[in-house]
Amino acid sequence: MSKRNPVYDFKWCPGCGDFGVKVAIEQALAKRSVERSEPIEKTAVVAGIGCSGNLVHMQEGPQPFGLHGIHGRALPIAYGLKSNRPDMNVIVVSGDGDFLSIGAEHIGPQARRNLDITAVVMDNGIYGLTKGQASPTTELEVVTSTTRYGKLDDKMHPLEVYLGLGVGYIVSEMSSRVKQLGEAIKEAMDYPGFSIVHVQSPCTTYNDTYALLKGDEKKGIEPLAKPISEDHDPSDFMAAMAIAKGRSVPIGLLYKRAGESVPAHERLAQAKERTKPRESSVQQLLASMTI
Amino acid sequence: MSKNLVVRFAGEGGQGVVGGAELMASAAAQGGYHVLTFSTYPSQIKGGPAWGQARISSEPVLTPGDYLDVLVAQNRYAYDHNVEELREGGIVVYNSEEFEIEDAGRALGLPADKMAREAGNPLASTIILIGAVAKMAGVDLAAIEDFITKRWTRGRAGDAAIVEGNIAALRMGAVEAEKSGLMLEALEAAPTHAETRILIRGFEAACLGAMAAGLESFIGYPISPATTMLTFMEANLAGEGTFVGQASSEIESIASLVGAGFSGKRVMTSTAGPGLSLMGEGLGLAWMAEIPLVVADVQRGGPATGLPTKTEQSDLISAINPGHGDMSVPVIAPGDPEEAFFAAAKAVNWSERYQGPVILLTEASIAERAQDIVMPDPSTVSRETRVVSTGAVGNLRYDGDTISPFPVPGGPGAYVANGSAHDGQGDTTHLPEVHVKMTERRFAKLKVLNDGTFEAENSGAEIAVMPWGGSKGAGRAAWNELHAEGVNIGWYYTMYVNPLPEALLAELRTKKLVLVPELNYLGQFSGILRQQGVNARSITQYTGLPFKVTDLKSEIRDRMESK
Repeated sequence: MSKRNPVYDFKWCPGCGDFGVKVAIEQALAKRSVERSEPIEKTAVVAGIGCSGNLVHMQEGPQPFGLHGIHGRALPIAYGLKSNRPDMNVIVVSGDGDFLSIGAEHIGPQARRNLDITAVVMDNGIYGLTKGQASPTTELEVVTSTTRYGKLDDKMHPLEVYLGLGVGYIVSEMSSRVKQLGEAIKEAMDYPGFSIVHVQSPCTTYNDTYALLKGDEKKGIEPLAKPISEDHDPSDFMAAMAIAKGRSVPIGLLYKRAGESVPAHERLAQAKERTKPRESSVQQLLASMTI
Repeated sequence: MSKNLVVRFAGEGGQGVVGGAELMASAAAQGGYHVLTFSTYPSQIKGGPAWGQARISSEPVLTPGDYLDVLVAQNRYAYDHNVEELREGGIVVYNSEEFEIEDAGRALGLPADKMAREAGNPLASTIILIGAVAKMAGVDLAAIEDFITKRWTRGRAGDAAIVEGNIAALRMGAVEAEKSGLMLEALEAAPTHAETRILIRGFEAACLGAMAAGLESFIGYPISPATTMLTFMEANLAGEGTFVGQASSEIESIASLVGAGFSGKRVMTSTAGPGLSLMGEGLGLAWMAEIPLVVADVQRGGPATGLPTKTEQSDLISAINPGHGDMSVPVIAPGDPEEAFFAAAKAVNWSERYQGPVILLTEASIAERAQDIVMPDPSTVSRETRVVSTGAVGNLRYDGDTISPFPVPGGPGAYVANGSAHDGQGDTTHLPEVHVKMTERRFAKLKVLNDGTFEAENSGAEIAVMPWGGSKGAGRAAWNELHAEGVNIGWYYTMYVNPLPEALLAELRTKKLVLVPELNYLGQFSGILRQQGVNARSITQYTGLPFKVTDLKSEIRDRMESK
């Protein structure tokens, strides 16, 4: 938004992880703008539904285009936008419910197309906006308003899912590391292909995992979030999968597919160049049906 | 002399029965006749009962024909299940390798496959049958030979041999027919034509109409009977800035179309009933966020998987209200392939003009019908463009109580296109007064779609018939006959079913009774007309097949008498 509407502005809860993601995206876009001399209007933010999606109305400073659509469909909306306008920089903002539950079917197709967009997924392990129901990334046995006996369904491990679906560029980050997250989002936008920045973005009201992620030295609690070792080779799929399967939440660039990444719109342009398809006008097509 | 020849090729899917009817129609069209085809087949690659029908006439035709002059039956089942539609004096040509007809009066058994194999041209059995039928109907064989020569002269090495083989096959069939002595009343000579004519199928016409209006992008998901539009676009929508894509589902289709429309392009998808259901929420988003796009719904039998390859007109209510909430999506429903061309162009233009979703509502029998029409002139099709923001109003994309400038991504006026209730700049708000204003704005935009036209004849009559969509042909044929017989009944028709032209509604409201032939159980269109103050009653049919003119005519008579 470019003009504040204090009467009814959407509000995140104090301490919400999404604040950090918002600032990181603003920083990433500002940096991109300077580096490429690209006007902010060349970026469009496609938002899903949930606390995360409201980010599109919260952005401060220079305003990109935004599309706040329907639950679970941010990725296909981005597909239609980017395919028709490869000149646009398209990012998706989504949450674990929007991206990994109702919208999960859309990850694979964009990965296979290698659609040149960046998805920033704010994972808080809960449905926050609807006040605390279990999401795919809610831990096993956790009691929520939809898991009376404790969550019986296994927890989804998104990084494994992304690797399995063929996503070419995967970052795992934390919302509290605003500067590093901003850098990571900027680099993901630079990657020519489908990239996902998966962010631990705790919900301070329904699933506050800050302490777990950061640990507590005094109490002897190990942090759950651990930087990915510097000697990890991001192009090593099996090594990335081993890290994704580990107990801790890895922080850093998990995977970048080896070799050149040719995004969807380039594949199409190259195929057209290679095959030089016949192009006929409407007039010619009609004339070809002449009796 | 006869004005019509109606031939049905019946057999199993994969036996070329649909192709046989189309080939016969193509040959006759080439010879100058008016033609119209209809086919019905099961939803499987091979097997199952299927038939294709060609009507060939010295006069313009409106329907595939109620009764058959010739039934070509490939097997016993096909004979048993189609012979009752053979008219008195009609002829059966049957595959005598497959079965025998015991009380064969006017029937000719031909081992067409065997004959084709023996002639060294196993693919020519359909042509042998066409030769037999043409001879029986007194059609000039030379014209068909000319067609064969043109059809198979494609600049390839084997062309001459294929042409020769097919002409030999045609003559073989004709010889057998002559030997049988079975003859129909001879078909009148083909008319001559001053204008350039084309043989086009409904789906091709719809695609080309949209392209003539400047369509730039098409994203779809395969579904019978709408897949042909997706594959036609993949093959033909080309050029700078165009995009054609296959989505992973109808949900992805409509969502990506919203993104594509938001991007500034003229966009379209095709689907059928089940897909339209899945698109409901996305269509609501397009309505709410004011994104121009066109969804072509090629109706089939429903609900659920229903009758995937049959024809029905049961999606009208869904088309107008495809999703939840307050909306009224504009719907244009062409009645034949020629109208499909102009309807599709208008659908694209309407979407641009009022900045929202439009449904092009066709049906299996129109999409798959091949018909000869006067070649439309694409240069007469207008290309409307949405009003684009120059940045003068900043980011107030949704400001005001009617259509406002559309900011194109990359240009000035960055805003948030929003599916939640929103304010002028697209930010979410639930304030009652804003929702009231925005709801009224969205409905007010429909007022610019006021250029819908309609047909009206004998409009002084107090009872009128008004079919819609694919029932236009049978409805018109029935009306023509009744009118010629001196029955005082009015004729009305429009393809602009939502919003209906105001002047049409005003006339219809003065009628004592408006009879609406339509292919659904509920009587969907008459219900919509009654809501708008018209005393309309439906004549329904829900067999998966189109109306027969004779049935419709007698039903109209009955209703007029019992009014």
